[in-house]
Amino acid sequence: MRELPTLPMPAPEPPAEGYTRREALVMGLFALAAAATTSGCAADKLALDDFVAKHFKDLSPAELQERLAQMEKRYSESYGKPVKVSATPAQEGVLFGYALDLSRCIGCRKCVYGCVEENNQSRDPQTHWITVLEMDKEDGVNLQNANAFYDHETVPAPGKFYMPVACQQCENPPCVKVCPVEATWREPDGIVVIDYDWCIGCRNCIAGCPYGARRFNWGTPGIPKDELNPVTEYLGNRPRQRGVVEKCTFCIQRVRQGLYPKCVEVCPVGARKFGNLLDPESEIRYIIENKRVYILKEELNTQPKFFYYYGL
Amino acid sequence: MRMRSLRHLLSGAFAVSLLSTACHPAQDHAPRWGKAAAGVKHAGDTTTARARTPARKAAALFPVAPPPFSDGVFPCSECHGTTDVVNRTPHAVEFHEDIVLRHDEKNRWCLDCHDAQNRDKLHLADGRLVDFTESYRLCGQCHGPTLRNWKAGEHGKRTGSWSGEKQYLLCANCHNPHSPGFKPIKPKPAPVRQEAIK
Repeated sequence: MRELPTLPMPAPEPPAEGYTRREALVMGLFALAAAATTSGCAADKLALDDFVAKHFKDLSPAELQERLAQMEKRYSESYGKPVKVSATPAQEGVLFGYALDLSRCIGCRKCVYGCVEENNQSRDPQTHWITVLEMDKEDGVNLQNANAFYDHETVPAPGKFYMPVACQQCENPPCVKVCPVEATWREPDGIVVIDYDWCIGCRNCIAGCPYGARRFNWGTPGIPKDELNPVTEYLGNRPRQRGVVEKCTFCIQRVRQGLYPKCVEVCPVGARKFGNLLDPESEIRYIIENKRVYILKEELNTQPKFFYYYGL
Repeated sequence: MRMRSLRHLLSGAFAVSLLSTACHPAQDHAPRWGKAAAGVKHAGDTTTARARTPARKAAALFPVAPPPFSDGVFPCSECHGTTDVVNRTPHAVEFHEDIVLRHDEKNRWCLDCHDAQNRDKLHLADGRLVDFTESYRLCGQCHGPTLRNWKAGEHGKRTGSWSGEKQYLLCANCHNPHSPGFKPIKPKPAPVRQEAIK
């Protein structure tokens, strides 16, 4: 069990028959629940597997492989096509950084919907990881007067500029600090990830995030079978369940394979840039060193790895 | 505390297929210009085949997307011979009437960029010929800082791999060279308001 601050309590009993106390307790509860229902046991078995599943970081390599295989089987069955679930480790010497040109973004929302398709966000009820804010050029970045629901015939609208906001992948992430169960953490390559099976849905992180970047699955996510992206990551775009929090992961399933995130590739004006902050030759470094960079809510000391800039 | 040192050891992790990149998104939306008038027979676009020859490969400094020719318009030498008598004084062109020049049109015309003798090439201000796949050199004559930023990856768009092979879009893949300003486009639908989600 993880060491969390606890109230003074009697010393825990030794685990019974190879199970931890928590697991034994939970299994007992489930056995009671299963006995009380007349439904098939397969579903209960899956629910039990999920409920006693270890934290991602606590899985041994063998357990992780088993878990991945379990997930692949389950997702492949429910979506009617082979689904791959990977757990690709972070690369050495890589710290991901993102830059977005505020002087070029036209607010077309192609990134929003490209992200939905790539990352298996729920279509109904609707979940978007990216929010595109429309603001007045005269006013500058003023979030109080920002509008995410603009609905023009064509964009950009005269006198407006656009600021897409998603997870800023903070180096000092408030969402991670407030999570009571360590279900979200920052990976060595800078990506803040969530273990959906460990998340208890308390939504503290949603309250803690100053960027409004996290989304809660109030309902069961609805993704048409033919629209599911079958290339998934454990800590990324695998199908989520109801009652857990999700957010942008810089397309962890793509960037850890060396690819650009989806939003970079669908942007029609080339406003989105991505690369390794530790590589002096990367375009992201060129931008930070040569352009006027704007960090959203810099004063909060969250130290985002997402940089807005003015290319013009 | 449990041991966490083995948490990322995963042998099969690199076997992810890259299905999602099978189609090149930029190509779907790539504008096509320089359309020939209807009813005129043109040979098929042979740029792809030509780009594979070693000479062409060596000439291209950057791995760029194919130039956005309209179907059947290239090679231009199908219609324009090398010995044609050419009127080099700027004048209205009766063919290619779908091309509207909105690019410093008071001072420039077709043959400032297109070569009169070799229509399959462009030429720089000093007369050197450049391929359509290197058209950024032509654009960079006036737009120097933009070319510098494009080479560094700040201007324009790259696709492929952030760490390895990437493809650059040519200036003309996004900007119509005859009318380079971006035209407003229709946005995707606004998000559903939270109160409307049941």
